[in-house]
Amino acid sequence: MTNQNGRFGIHGGQYIPETLMNAVIELEKAYNHYKNDPEFNRELTELFNEYAGRPSRLYYAEKMSKDLGGAKIYLKREDLNHTGAHKINNVLGQALLAKKMGKTRLIAETGAGQHGVATATAAALLGMECVVFMGEEDTKRQALNVYRMRLLGSEVVPVTSGTATLKDAVSEAMREWTTRIEDTHYCLGSVMGPHPFPTIVRDFQAVISKEIKQQILEKEQRLPDAVIACVGGGSNAIGSFYHFIEDKQVRLIGCEAAGRGIDTFETAATVNTGRVGIFHGMKSYFCQDEYGQIAPVYSISAGLDYPGVGPEHAYLHDMGRASYVPVTDDEAVEAFEYLAKTEGIIPAIESAHAVAYAMKYAPTLDKDKIIVVTISGRGDKDCAAIARYRGEDIHE
Amino acid sequence: MSRISEAFQNKKAFIPFITCGDPDLETTKAVVREAVKNGADLIELGIPFSDPTAEGPVIQGANLRALSTGVTTDKIFDLVRELRLDVKIPMVFMTYANVVFSYGAERFISTCKEIGMDGLILPDLPFEEKEEFEPLCNQYGVDLISLIAPTSENRIAMIAKEAQGFIYLVSSLGVTGTRSEITTDLASIVRVIRENTDVPCAIGFGISKPEQAKKMSQIADGVIVGSAIIKIIEQYGQEAPGPVGDYVKEMKEAISL
Repeated sequence: MTNQNGRFGIHGGQYIPETLMNAVIELEKAYNHYKNDPEFNRELTELFNEYAGRPSRLYYAEKMSKDLGGAKIYLKREDLNHTGAHKINNVLGQALLAKKMGKTRLIAETGAGQHGVATATAAALLGMECVVFMGEEDTKRQALNVYRMRLLGSEVVPVTSGTATLKDAVSEAMREWTTRIEDTHYCLGSVMGPHPFPTIVRDFQAVISKEIKQQILEKEQRLPDAVIACVGGGSNAIGSFYHFIEDKQVRLIGCEAAGRGIDTFETAATVNTGRVGIFHGMKSYFCQDEYGQIAPVYSISAGLDYPGVGPEHAYLHDMGRASYVPVTDDEAVEAFEYLAKTEGIIPAIESAHAVAYAMKYAPTLDKDKIIVVTISGRGDKDCAAIARYRGEDIHE
Repeated sequence: MSRISEAFQNKKAFIPFITCGDPDLETTKAVVREAVKNGADLIELGIPFSDPTAEGPVIQGANLRALSTGVTTDKIFDLVRELRLDVKIPMVFMTYANVVFSYGAERFISTCKEIGMDGLILPDLPFEEKEEFEPLCNQYGVDLISLIAPTSENRIAMIAKEAQGFIYLVSSLGVTGTRSEITTDLASIVRVIRENTDVPCAIGFGISKPEQAKKMSQIADGVIVGSAIIKIIEQYGQEAPGPVGDYVKEMKEAISL
């Protein structure tokens, strides 16, 4: 899907300072070498299976399906991975690659903290130094994850610039990378940023759709009618979509964080409200004002609170291959509670955006239809914030 | 000869960077005029961007202060129109790719030509992506300035060969901001640049003191100073034009000795 210059249609590219160009070129060369290296792939598969607990389950949510009265709903349980989210797939791949490249230090940005925790985990396992940049606002929203990262031996740097959220953490990690390149790999957490990151991260996350395909064929002897996943930068979504892109009968649906609604300024629904721009190393859709100033976005979910979207999603949108739907805070919180009560599964508030759309979509389909919803992470980290949203003041 | 090359004719060029609208556009106008009066050879005008990823804390602050006063690209174009009534030295814009792209590349670059801007510096537009704007810059006679960094190594020749206006040589790793020491072997980089182009080369990032400026001017054709000037503006606010003028004079003298 990626062409030579790292383009997905008009999107993607490498809009970064000259200081970083040789670093991304070196990364691309190393990746192109190791992705076909049997030893690298053997080590990565072993980490996936023995350490992260792959393959993750594809669970038939029978109660939910019957309650909603429409399509059969399967949940892809990325929440059951080690560290509790899909983020570990990408991080194990990148950390192993960085180690092979002779890097000794990982830096990362994090929003909800899931990618930061995953990076800190991989750094601990592989004996690497690790620094995680996290918006100060998010360090408050996700205090437990900050503690986790420190427990795993990482340094957490609260970012106070700009809106002190995910986009500022990305900016600060990029700034840090220009300061120290020689021994440092920037372990980007989503399918965004300059080429080759969108391709590398997608390839490591594509294990999700590879497994879904095998598992659904085993269980149902056919492909699903739709695959639904939440989209911030879009890594779990592209991972869930990738092996179905050529299967045109499978609808691909990305759920964006609409915050308080796409008709308000308090939203993070990039494809629905943004326009094409150039930021954080890529051309894609961004929430921005008429002069190209990046908009301060909002979502209840720290992991989806990002003003851009990965370039491959922008391309899938342009091609009409995937559709991107907005889901509000209210809908996500209701879905969070619904899945907990109906299936005994507490999803991450990010993943709850996908569940929320499935709750609207499934009843419109016949009972012989099949949809897969990716539960990208578990929701333990969100319980205190959701309680507060509901007016209950609990402390972690 | 372009106005930019004239700035480097038979002298070392001193190039101050000023963020437009920090603390307000009237002050920016006065600061530019004082800088010109005190020996600046070329002016780098920053169009503020919400998320300036190549800047350190000082210039990040200037960007946010400027934006909070409601400065826009159009208001900055008007500022240049006024400045061009009396400012005759070359001026270039420094901003981020999205500011140009979002305005409409042709609309932005043709306006640069119309109001008398000589060049454009975009720190997030490397050699590989310059096709995005270079054809339009060529069409309208606006120089798209290339940057070369301490990590450029095998890329220096390729970049230098296609450079226009002047080359912005980044002195150190990292983002903009004052540094007590610059350790990059800049002379070797300049040697490779010279082998590949006659376009002049100015060094920026981390330069704040007259001694540093003098040392850098012995290696290259000019010196760019940003954060040190922004700090003066931050300190003096609307009273900044005088102190900035004094500083420009001191720096210009240091590189002219």
